[in-house]
Amino acid sequence: MTSLSKKEPAGPLLEIEDLVVEFAGDEETVRAVDGAGYTVAPGETLGVVGESGSGKSVTAMSALGLIKPPGRVVSGRVVFDGSDLRAMPRRELRRLRGGRIAMIFQDPMTALNPVMSVGAQIGEALRLHRPGMSRAKARARAAELLALVGVPGAERRLKQYPHEFSGGMRQRAMIAMAIANDPDLLIADEPTTALDVTVQAQVLDLIRLTRRETGAATVLITHDLGVVAELADRVVVMYAGRVVEHGTVAAIFDSPRHPYTRGLLESLPSLDGEVGDLTPIPGSPPAPGEVAEGCAFAPRCAMVRDRCRVERPELVQSGTRRASACHFHHELAGEETDARA
Amino acid sequence: MTAMPAGAPAEKVSKKPSLEKGPGPGGAPSASPRARAVRRFRRNRLAVAGGAVLGTVVLMSLLAPLIAGDPNAVDLDAVRQGPSGAHWFGTDTSGRDVFARTLYAGRVSLLVGLAAALGAVVVGTLFGAVSGLFGGVVDNVIMRIADIVMSFPTVVVILVLAGIVGPSVTVLIVAIGMTQWPVAGRVVRGVTMSLRDREYIQAAEASGANARWLIRKHIVPAALPPVTVTGTLAVAQAIMLETTASFLGLGVRPPQASWGNMLNDAQNLTLIQTMPWLWIPPGVAIAVTVLAVNFVGDGLRDAVTPGGRT
Repeated sequence: MTSLSKKEPAGPLLEIEDLVVEFAGDEETVRAVDGAGYTVAPGETLGVVGESGSGKSVTAMSALGLIKPPGRVVSGRVVFDGSDLRAMPRRELRRLRGGRIAMIFQDPMTALNPVMSVGAQIGEALRLHRPGMSRAKARARAAELLALVGVPGAERRLKQYPHEFSGGMRQRAMIAMAIANDPDLLIADEPTTALDVTVQAQVLDLIRLTRRETGAATVLITHDLGVVAELADRVVVMYAGRVVEHGTVAAIFDSPRHPYTRGLLESLPSLDGEVGDLTPIPGSPPAPGEVAEGCAFAPRCAMVRDRCRVERPELVQSGTRRASACHFHHELAGEETDARA
Repeated sequence: MTAMPAGAPAEKVSKKPSLEKGPGPGGAPSASPRARAVRRFRRNRLAVAGGAVLGTVVLMSLLAPLIAGDPNAVDLDAVRQGPSGAHWFGTDTSGRDVFARTLYAGRVSLLVGLAAALGAVVVGTLFGAVSGLFGGVVDNVIMRIADIVMSFPTVVVILVLAGIVGPSVTVLIVAIGMTQWPVAGRVVRGVTMSLRDREYIQAAEASGANARWLIRKHIVPAALPPVTVTGTLAVAQAIMLETTASFLGLGVRPPQASWGNMLNDAQNLTLIQTMPWLWIPPGVAIAVTVLAVNFVGDGLRDAVTPGGRT
């Protein structure tokens, strides 16, 4: 399925398992990620959805080894292409960052240095991984990259500063930096959230194009299910630091087997439905650190029962290549049965 | 390039092509932050005047061999003479030309001022950036060292060093640089800490940058404007320290002239009262130079602080 140049898909490219990340505060330690994990196959696009604070960004950052104090990876495994990132020496980890694993940040406004020309910043991404590369070469390659991501007049644009770029153009420049070293894994953290709706579509197209160009696997972190539906092969749904459901996009969108996923889908406007049909999920996610017994979603769940408040549901297989962390996923699987209130 | 022969209105238009050229001397509105700072500086009259005076002082010191004679030539037939056509500022107790000595002394004072300030700024920037970037224990250790250094009276350090290795220009530069770096260090630390959480620093890290790269490519350029200001003010401070040390006989060694040791030569009361040409030239030179440097420093600070008075 993926591009020809890639090796045989021997195993997952990225494997995160039972990850626990804590942030030490002044008073108490907050657990942002509580046993989350997922795998990404070579060339695959994985959508990771969840509300803010669900730990989706932190989980992905651990793949870069970029969780810094006061944050700390307490336990779990992060394996990239067979090597354990948590045991990897810092020097090697740095070689991976921006090399085989690259990142696209959410806000192109702040992720570019305002006092450095765009060309210099793309050149930086290149020269960090090719110490021998001359300035002139880096410049020429930067122009190529800018042209590739659809910035017109790339040669002239190199000399400009970020404030002379529009939001969409800046995100294009960010993407150019990310793909500068032909990564195997691209982590896109809310790549379209900070952009105008019209520009969002363009950037999504661009991500699709770069995926084709580089054959890179992509972890697409977003709270926008529409983006996931457009781009992802598989979806991971996170809630309160844990994975509550995962499966292929088709499976999850057609028949969600976790009440939270179902809630997310019902709160999504559709073109044919009335605006009044939107059903928001009541309440708000638990504050991180508010360690409740049982299922973290129970207080907001429409089909909550006594068992949910005492026993924490594990993520279990719920069909082929999908899993759900709901005690009653069988009921949801049944078919379009209405959950009792 | 554009329509030149269009008359008066074209003159306004003709400014626009410089927009495309980016930060040009014309000062286009969309120019780089540096060009904007230069423009703000130019509007500050006091700073520009300071710069002009400073430029004159530097030029006269550098061109001393062309303007004046040998500063160490002793003419025992013309000792302690008042200003005259042959000796514009008169002669000192050994019959040396005061004008020549004042100019040559400027070389030493400026050299010490610039070199010591540069050393202080380089060391301070390095320590400040490391301190701010790493934080935690590293930050604590460096900042406590800075506190200790700041609590040393510089003159005493110079005195001790001069006592051990003998007074010289090098000792002055090293001693002043060693004791003045915490000022720049604190400034850079502050800048670094405010940058550390910026997303573009994280983005650079996610691209595989190490601490050295971050400091060189992102922190130093951002810290340069405020550090230039502290550096300039450090030059004034260093010149004062040089004169103080030389006046006390711990700095520049005679017969080499320095503004400080020229004042030293004019120490006794009779000389002060009867031969003002011995102490007025070096005294005025010190005051004017330090004042000019400070004006330039203030101007730079206002120029690089957007939103400050313009």
